[in-house]
Amino acid sequence: MTHQPNPTGIGAALKRKEDPRFLRGKGRYTDDINLPGQSYAYFLRSAYAHARIKKIDTRAAKKARGVVAVYTSADTAKLGGLPCGWLIHSKDGSPMKEGKHPVLAEGKVRHVGDPVAVIIAETLAQARDAAELVEIDFAELPAVVDMAKAQNKGAAAVHDVAPDNVCYDWELGDKAAVDAAFATAAHVTRLELTNNRLAANPIEPRAAIGDYSSATGEHTLYTTSQNPHVIRLLMGAFVLQIPEHKIRVIAPDVGGGFGSKIYHYAEEALVTWAAAQLERPVKWTSDRSEAFLSDAQGRDHKTVVELALDKDGKFLALRESTLANMGAYLSTFASVIPTWLHGTLLAGQYTTPAIYCNVKAIYTSTVAVDAYRGAGRPEATFLLERVIDLAALETGRDPVELRRLNFIQPHQFPYQTPVALVYDSGNYQATMDQALKAADYAGFEKRRQAAKARGKLRGIGVASYIEACGIAPSNVAGALGARAGLYEAATVRVNPTGSVSVMTGSHSHGQGHETTFAQVVSDKLGIAFDQVEIVHGDTAKIPFGMGTYGSRSIAVGGSAIVKAMDKIIAKGKKIAAHMLEAAEGDMTFENGAFKVAGTDRQKSFGEVAFSAYVPHKYPLDTVEPGLEETAFYDPKNFTFPAGTYICEVEIDPDTGAVEIVAFHAADDFGNIINPMIVEGQVHGGLAQGIGQALFEHCVYDDAGQLVSGSFMDYCMPRADNLPSFNVATSVTVCTHNPLGVKGCGEAGAIGSPPAVINAIVNALKDYGVTHIEMPATPQKIWRAIRSAKKK
Amino acid sequence: MHDFKYARPASLAAAATLVKKGGADPVFLAGGQTLIPALKMRLRKPSTVIDLAAIKGLDGIAEKKGKGKDKGLTVVVGALTTHAAVAGSKLVKARIPALAALAEGIGDPQVRHRGTLGGSIANADPAADYPAAVIALHAEVVTNKRSISGDAFFKGFFETALKPGEIVTAVNFRVPDKAAYMKFAQPASRFALVGVLVAKFGAEVRVAVTGAGASVFRVPDMEKALAKSFSAAALDGIKVSPKDLNSDIHAAADYRAHLIGVLAKRAVEACG
Repeated sequence: MTHQPNPTGIGAALKRKEDPRFLRGKGRYTDDINLPGQSYAYFLRSAYAHARIKKIDTRAAKKARGVVAVYTSADTAKLGGLPCGWLIHSKDGSPMKEGKHPVLAEGKVRHVGDPVAVIIAETLAQARDAAELVEIDFAELPAVVDMAKAQNKGAAAVHDVAPDNVCYDWELGDKAAVDAAFATAAHVTRLELTNNRLAANPIEPRAAIGDYSSATGEHTLYTTSQNPHVIRLLMGAFVLQIPEHKIRVIAPDVGGGFGSKIYHYAEEALVTWAAAQLERPVKWTSDRSEAFLSDAQGRDHKTVVELALDKDGKFLALRESTLANMGAYLSTFASVIPTWLHGTLLAGQYTTPAIYCNVKAIYTSTVAVDAYRGAGRPEATFLLERVIDLAALETGRDPVELRRLNFIQPHQFPYQTPVALVYDSGNYQATMDQALKAADYAGFEKRRQAAKARGKLRGIGVASYIEACGIAPSNVAGALGARAGLYEAATVRVNPTGSVSVMTGSHSHGQGHETTFAQVVSDKLGIAFDQVEIVHGDTAKIPFGMGTYGSRSIAVGGSAIVKAMDKIIAKGKKIAAHMLEAAEGDMTFENGAFKVAGTDRQKSFGEVAFSAYVPHKYPLDTVEPGLEETAFYDPKNFTFPAGTYICEVEIDPDTGAVEIVAFHAADDFGNIINPMIVEGQVHGGLAQGIGQALFEHCVYDDAGQLVSGSFMDYCMPRADNLPSFNVATSVTVCTHNPLGVKGCGEAGAIGSPPAVINAIVNALKDYGVTHIEMPATPQKIWRAIRSAKKK
Repeated sequence: MHDFKYARPASLAAAATLVKKGGADPVFLAGGQTLIPALKMRLRKPSTVIDLAAIKGLDGIAEKKGKGKDKGLTVVVGALTTHAAVAGSKLVKARIPALAALAEGIGDPQVRHRGTLGGSIANADPAADYPAAVIALHAEVVTNKRSISGDAFFKGFFETALKPGEIVTAVNFRVPDKAAYMKFAQPASRFALVGVLVAKFGAEVRVAVTGAGASVFRVPDMEKALAKSFSAAALDGIKVSPKDLNSDIHAAADYRAHLIGVLAKRAVEACG
């Protein structure tokens, strides 16, 4: 179809529709909602990492001022456990070991923060006061913190079903082929590394309000979720055994998720259940301290990676062995993160012919670990891009040239990797060249010398990442253990006067869907941007959809909207053909008008919409009135964004302090709907990736206490830690979705940690430093320099 | 937070009376930058919170000539003067720029506009910045009852010479010939992982270290070397023992000891 440029269509850098309400404090977050007769819940959480509960005495608390109810597992044991959404099989074929994840601790507590009781009172202060009156007799058990020691004979078991604390022992790839390749390799590079444990820390902590109508038997849950329908399904079917038509889940404005708000949490089920018990609303809002102890955390891998190269530097094989921390319970998608979202990414942008990956998932006495921005893919990218840099260092090659030598070439797409994925499109050389040029890579040595004259150690680091977004298709995922579908749904409702409401299963909590999705509709239907309303976050309003995670919203959710619009246009042609007394086959739709091909006869989109709802001159015998269509889109494949990031650092050798002096990102996200929003997504991802590389760390002591459990010790990246980012994009189109889009939400967090660490190691090359663990704190760098000086 | 009584006396005398009548554990509220979070986290359960904000004359900055044998200039900073006021004061910038710079580096803008000098030193957080200034700048801490030499004020970990019910009213900082404060911030809290204030008064040099130990302390070896030759090179080879220094997830004692040396040199260089 011929297309006139649409100022509010695809490609326009429109300002975000949602920002006026956010910037003026008019957003409506869960904690902003207060219902008549509302009570307040306070969760009494374990201070021990591992302890048997001998006795709980709630009598005094129940009598305290303002207390409505006090519940323990004695009241909730009949409820189901919180389910895990993906079944992983170990290499011996056995299913993963799943210990029950109760809503309130049953018999023992398994991590600091494990909820033991909930106190519901007229005010939060009264609930907290009463919580101090609950007497719990704990018998402390040894905490399981270190993943290697957790498997030792005699170590305490977090769950009886997993006496050695191993949840599963999973493998992917051809081990024999990899072993054979290593045997003939000219060079083998080996690296042990840790992917540091992180807390997502969205600016809005989690919150939940349960409400119940005894008149209708309907339960309503307001919650800070990235996927309200998934919560409704899991909570209704598995935990509370309430049919879905009697549950409404509303995720209103949500202040960031980064993965941590995907999962179904105990507090959601508890307030929903308690509201029905008490026949009054029950509200819970986490504070920051509680978030550190109860939100699922991210990463936490211990890895050994080996890369085999031939004499020319071609990669022959890659071998990875990883311990992945699950925490104390299997969170909703915990099991799939270090497996199918990790091992499958190990080819990266390279033609490595043989890859083998072995991941052991370990239960520990720590809060659950699940997806955090990138989810498995940052861990894969980090180990791969670090071992490549180390191989370059060991074999005296330029790290850029070594990557170039092994890149998958543009003519090789679609490219089948040895770890299950088929990449549909990409041009890795192009993004690499774009980044090298932006960074003036060739001129780096001059900058290093200039820094040296100022007493600083300057380093440059390159990392080329690949991401797999929009996990799919459902049938393949199902065969790999998924216990849910992976499609997205959309309803496009054309209103009688031609405005459009789009009900999407995707959920926006910072992504700007209300803007980008409206641009897609404006573009496709040729109507004004402000005539499009994006409705999301309420299961009573939207079709069953899977929500937002894994950079899937535009690729999967956007495609569902396009499919629904295709149906609208097809129906509109029938209506317009009748109105214009033309044959349906002669109708075209372009720039917002239905036309009889080759003539100037046309009906506007609005006229056709009006006719659909006021069907006076209308083909009622063949076409239903109304103009509303729903589509479910199940992708044929993942999408594969990719790019190259280049980081330059300067290190103060006296203190070990690192400054990022330049950061260049070159990404291929396929087609781009709103370049301003994409740039913002990259900035945010880079900030979090740099946060992982330099600052953030969940540190547990041997007793299982989170030592970095507040912002006084858990270091979030701040504006003054970050340079002005230089970001650019280039495009290879996704070949299998209608928009040609790939997704951009996680790339920054995936590609940046190895770029930063590669730059630091490069800066320290004169000291013989080969690796620095994340976060690369000044103290670690100072120690690396000092131990090199001693040698 | 737990329930407590709240009082807002209009005078120091009224505040003193409230302390006597304020129950088992009365507490003064100045800027509240430590107390309020502690209350919100239910870590403190005072009987009465005595808010000092309505007492007149406890903020402001002035200078005065010394009396008696000490003819030196001092800068007098009222106890309820905010960090932002110290950082922005023309007088402080002219007389003791190091003190203005120190105040400018405390916390973030919100903290600097609420937090006060008196509140900070009375709390005696081992990682706070002001204790280094109190020690290195020969300060005198004035209370509603007496005047305490800065050297005698800090007694240990969150511990001062203040008696129960005693209220800091002002701090007199002696104006040095030159001084500079160098801080290596703890990355998360931005408190001092190590902070070193070097000040020169004629033949005397003071080197005060905060953040590194249980409480602020001086480094006599450095002071002696700098008194002989006020140059960074004079500090070559002077090591601070890591014994008794703090170790935590951000820095072990040996790293803190090393940073003291680096920052002391940089402070001397910054003195010009």
